[in-house]
Amino acid sequence: MADIQAISHREATRRDPGAVTMFLRQLLKTPLGVLGAVLVVLVAASAVFATWIAPYDAVKIMVGPRLAPPSLHYLLGTDQLGRDVFSRVIMGGRIALLVAFVSLGASLSVGLVLGLIAAFSPRWLDNLLLLVFDTIRSFPVIIFALAVVTLLGPSLASVIFVVAVTSVPIYARVVRTQAHALRESEFIIAERAMGAGFVRILAVHVLPNVIGPLLILVSMDVPLVITLEAGMSFLGMGVRPPTPDWGTILSDGYGYIHKTVWLVVAGGIPIVITTLGFTFLGEALRDIFDPRLRKDL
Amino acid sequence: MWLYLAKRTGLAVAIVVVAVTLLFLMIQAVPGDPAAVLLGPRATPELKAQLHEQMGLDKPLPVQILSFFAGLLHGNLGTDVFTQRPVTAIVFEQLPYTIELILASIAWAVVVGVPLGCYSATRRNSLIDKAVGVFAVGTIAIPSFVMAIYALLIFSVGLRWLPAIGAGAGFRDGIVHLILPAFVVGIGWVGYISRIVRASMLELLSESHIRMARSFGLSQRRIVALYALPLAILPTVTIIGVGMAHLLSAAVFVEVVFARPGIGALIVKAVDSRNYPIVMGTVLVTTVLFVVSTTLADLVNAALDPRIRENL
Repeated sequence: MADIQAISHREATRRDPGAVTMFLRQLLKTPLGVLGAVLVVLVAASAVFATWIAPYDAVKIMVGPRLAPPSLHYLLGTDQLGRDVFSRVIMGGRIALLVAFVSLGASLSVGLVLGLIAAFSPRWLDNLLLLVFDTIRSFPVIIFALAVVTLLGPSLASVIFVVAVTSVPIYARVVRTQAHALRESEFIIAERAMGAGFVRILAVHVLPNVIGPLLILVSMDVPLVITLEAGMSFLGMGVRPPTPDWGTILSDGYGYIHKTVWLVVAGGIPIVITTLGFTFLGEALRDIFDPRLRKDL
Repeated sequence: MWLYLAKRTGLAVAIVVVAVTLLFLMIQAVPGDPAAVLLGPRATPELKAQLHEQMGLDKPLPVQILSFFAGLLHGNLGTDVFTQRPVTAIVFEQLPYTIELILASIAWAVVVGVPLGCYSATRRNSLIDKAVGVFAVGTIAIPSFVMAIYALLIFSVGLRWLPAIGAGAGFRDGIVHLILPAFVVGIGWVGYISRIVRASMLELLSESHIRMARSFGLSQRRIVALYALPLAILPTVTIIGVGMAHLLSAAVFVEVVFARPGIGALIVKAVDSRNYPIVMGTVLVTTVLFVVSTTLADLVNAALDPRIRENL
């Protein structure tokens, strides 16, 4: 018995290089996935170490001349108040990633719970929830966001609220469909026959089967969230000044577009880099883990 | 067919009803008084009470919702707080500009995207196919307002080829003013549509009726254009119907950046001044627009595809 165990152990160590290595190996096969991963790591690192990277105080005015072009002192130039744009761009990354993580985390948990409720509840409640999901999804996101801002006032919290509310239906629907299929599957019926409680079935058996595809969906939604946050800030309805944010830098640049191109470049490029990075990485993740989610196979 | 149509319309109406109710609930749930916010801190109680009465905020919630629907049936969405004009008149003044923009964007995206998709499907894994794939993912990911500002920067401020602001006066001028905004809204769709067409085309080309056509000696071009394309186009129709929400969102930014009139510009202005009736009106109209376009897309699909029609 011990021999067999030893052999099987040896076999296992020889054949199975571990999930992480396998994953990295597959990721390396997709050039765009690698590019995406590099961009995401870059953006995340610059946000985490922002206070060390930024050479100046991002909100301090007149650290240099107004609207200066890029130079060695001011890597991306200065804005109309003489603030260092490079510092503002670096600090702005924090806002974008913060909004993405908080709002998607919230909607992920709520969507998970609502989806499970819909899947395991009587038909009328299921139908009612589906109707509410479909309704929320039929507001164009920006227009819904603008309506919420009218009510709550412009702030980061409003943006987070909008993202959370509008992404819940998508996650809840995915969870519901998956859980529905699982509910009637044989191993769940067997569990039930062995006397497993409702909570145990949900937590131990249904949840792990549902969470995988959900996390991929979430990672693919990060660009949408960053776009929405920057977009709302661009319209002046997201973060309040003087907080540095990519959308507000872009908005400043839009105001001075006839005088300097550097503000627009500095505000837009980070948004493009981040959205592209997460999109490429998300596509690669989906292809590796769950090709069924592909829409354009 | 008629039963299906009735069902879809019923669902559409239900969605609009739930949407309006949700909006009213949200107004109720939010702390603070819309009238007070609108009038500012120095408003007198009399003024507030008067505005309350005018906006119908002094009545209980169910009455508010019901009277809103009653008004809706008469085509009445309330009156603008500032100008006292009916909201419907204001919204329908701006709507054509947005619809014009959306139609122009989708039109050019389809005209370029569909042939591109067909080409990619027939020359699978060629250099062009791969390039189109990367282009598709890239352009979908870039936000419309960034694209709009860069387009403005390059073509209007830098090269001075196209006008930067407004919708222009007259037909010719209107078209010239439409080029950049439509380019920006449509560019993401070119790649997206080409990918969708490519995918469904690849699936179709391996089906038996296509193989049959090939065995009769029809040319590849003829097969693709006459036998596969009418079916391969179906998912695109659905995508455009569902994509109405994205198109409207993109239109908001593009209208702001290019200072074009339209629904998006209207709602941004209304939000800035806390003009509730206008905000409610635009949200309702855009929601209806979205629901109608998804329903239409389904019906067009049913009309084009005998397989769906049979199941109705």
